[in-house]
Amino acid sequence: AGKSKVDDDVLDNLEEVLVSSDVGVDTTLKIIKRIEARVARDKYIGTDELNSILREEIAGLLSETNDADFFELQISTDKKPYVIMVVGVNGVGKTTTIGKLAHRFKKQGLKVVLGAADTFRAAAIDQLQVWADRVEVPIVKQQMGSDPASVAFDTLSSAVKQDADVVIIDTAGRLHNKVNLMNELTKVKRVMQKVVDNTPHEVLLVLDGSTGQNAFEQAKQFTKTTEVTSLAITKLDGTAKGGVVIGISDQFKIPVKYIGVGEGIEDLQVFNKHEFVDSFFKI
Amino acid sequence: MFDNLSDKLDKALHVLKGHGQITEINVAETTKEVRRALLDADVNFKIAKEFTNRVKEKALGQDVLTTLQPGQLMVKIVKDELTQLMGGESEGINLSGNPSVILMSGLQGSGKTTFSGKLANFLKTKKSKKPLLVACDVYRPAAIDQLHVVGEQIGVPVYSDRENTDPVSIAQAGIAKAKAEGHNVVIIDTAGRLAVDEKMMAEISDIHKAIQPQETLFVVDSMTGQDAVNTAKAFNDILNFDGVILTKLDGDTRGGAAISIKSVVDKPIKFIGTGEKMEAIDIFYPSRMADRILGM
Ligand SMILES: Nc1nc2c(ncn2[C@@H]2O[C@H](COP(=O)(O)OP(=O)(O)OP(=O)(O)O)[C@@H](O)[C@H]2O)c(=O)[nH]1
Ligand SMILES: Nc1nc2c(ncn2[C@@H]2O[C@H](COP(=O)(O)OP(=O)(O)OP(=O)(O)O)[C@@H](O)[C@H]2O)c(=O)[nH]1
Ligand SMILES: [K+]
Ligand SMILES: [Mg+2]
Ligand SMILES: [Mg+2]
Repeated sequence: AGKSKVDDDVLDNLEEVLVSSDVGVDTTLKIIKRIEARVARDKYIGTDELNSILREEIAGLLSETNDADFFELQISTDKKPYVIMVVGVNGVGKTTTIGKLAHRFKKQGLKVVLGAADTFRAAAIDQLQVWADRVEVPIVKQQMGSDPASVAFDTLSSAVKQDADVVIIDTAGRLHNKVNLMNELTKVKRVMQKVVDNTPHEVLLVLDGSTGQNAFEQAKQFTKTTEVTSLAITKLDGTAKGGVVIGISDQFKIPVKYIGVGEGIEDLQVFNKHEFVDSFFKI
Repeated sequence: MFDNLSDKLDKALHVLKGHGQITEINVAETTKEVRRALLDADVNFKIAKEFTNRVKEKALGQDVLTTLQPGQLMVKIVKDELTQLMGGESEGINLSGNPSVILMSGLQGSGKTTFSGKLANFLKTKKSKKPLLVACDVYRPAAIDQLHVVGEQIGVPVYSDRENTDPVSIAQAGIAKAKAEGHNVVIIDTAGRLAVDEKMMAEISDIHKAIQPQETLFVVDSMTGQDAVNTAKAFNDILNFDGVILTKLDGDTRGGAAISIKSVVDKPIKFIGTGEKMEAIDIFYPSRMADRILGM
């Protein structure tokens, strides 16, 4: 292969690809600086090597928190039931991701219970019920308008009684700048701890793959109130790339666990950072 | 991590002022900052580039060089340009039909069902209309229930047919019912779909052709990033929609997608969504949006 040099044109083009994938200017500049440094070190880096270097550099930003062994959520058997609370802003795909996750866990032979703690949005409970029926797992619910913390409490109590392995709590979508709604999540957490110690064991923040730089604020505020432990990025079956998670994972040290690639029950994949980076360069 | 845009502009303009005399190079420095800030606000990469080039030309043409306060003039040029870009004559909703049919479209979770309710409520309470909501999302779990709950909240009837899985005939039956029962507005809620989903795009095209709505609206989440242009263009290519609805502006997103979409399809942004409640609907004001994007 010809050793065309990594020059300004190549780097400009790289900038366009990364920014157009929602990586954001800061993280893009960080990546480009690292590549410039390597080019300066090794003058013979050609454009043909750029791709693998780029993969390495981006993987580097994701790596500390995305160790291959820990990609999938690990359901610890000595924490029973293992409680996962799912949070995020409106319409990102929380309820759908819960349905897919429940299906995945059930296939792994785990006993799953769902908790319908979105008591606010119109027909949110019915929506989770449809998923529970599809996956054939039990759901704990109350009426629309009831206290979400009370639903979470009931769900955990019921799960303990049923000797369930995993509990997944759905929560209402809420914008991260709404203090009252964010505080409600703290209350849900507190009430769950009355039933099972140290719950939730896992807080999964769902980000919409088509969201731009605002996802940073979402990660920041949800991390602050609920100590987010993992991320899922949805709707990556479209043309949006979801690049903003690179900077988020780097800054907040939260691993990306899953990606959503459709509306069907099987459309959840374990996050693969190499495939993820490669997708930036596909149309 | 992110300074807001006006901070950045100030910084850049400070550099500019510091030079005492403004040269083409100074302006270039500043427009670079403008561009960067637009990108942080999620304006599309290519559009941000074109925009800053235009601003740069304006700045050089408008004797920025000789004014006493070049910084202020620069801010003004940027803001005016943004406002103009997002503006155009602000038309309301076309209600000339009898009944007037309004078709919703957009990606999954953008806010179509919620906005259908808000618009019905708005037309009922503010324009004394008698709307009917029609549930054409036959895919999303409990989508029909959701629209019924919304309808109940605002006291607007909802037409649905749970036995029917063909959105085209549901829409047609809804319109027929509206005619029979004297509704003068019909709002058709549809399923969310990705622009790359050919089958689903063909479906909404079929609905559109069959019912020939007076008004087709593209509903978009204001937090959308760089992909906004692709999606807006793809929906516009198929539907030639009449207007854009920007939702979830009660968040803290800068909303640069508004510029991207307007640039690429040149359709007016008609309403904004500012909350989950049925009253959380507002007219779109280009200059307010420009301020928001600029962080002012
Ligand atoms: N194409 C695609 N659509 C998805 C994906 N995940 C979710 N959706 C769709 O996105 C829409 C919103 O999903 P929900 O699961 O209701 O989102 P949510 O976060 O629970 O929404 P709220 O509870 O209203 O905040 C639905 O139409 C889903 O079918 C995905 O990975 N790909
Ligand atoms: N904060 C806020 N939330 C909104 C706004 N508009 C809609 N939502 C919320 O966003 C989520 C998705 O809204 P829907 O109306 O279900 O969106 P949709 O486009 O019909 O979704 P699909 O039918 O799944 O494609 C819900 O939680 C709504 O309550 C808004 O302006 N502000
Ligand atoms: K997408
Ligand atoms: Mg939900
Ligand atoms: Mg809907």
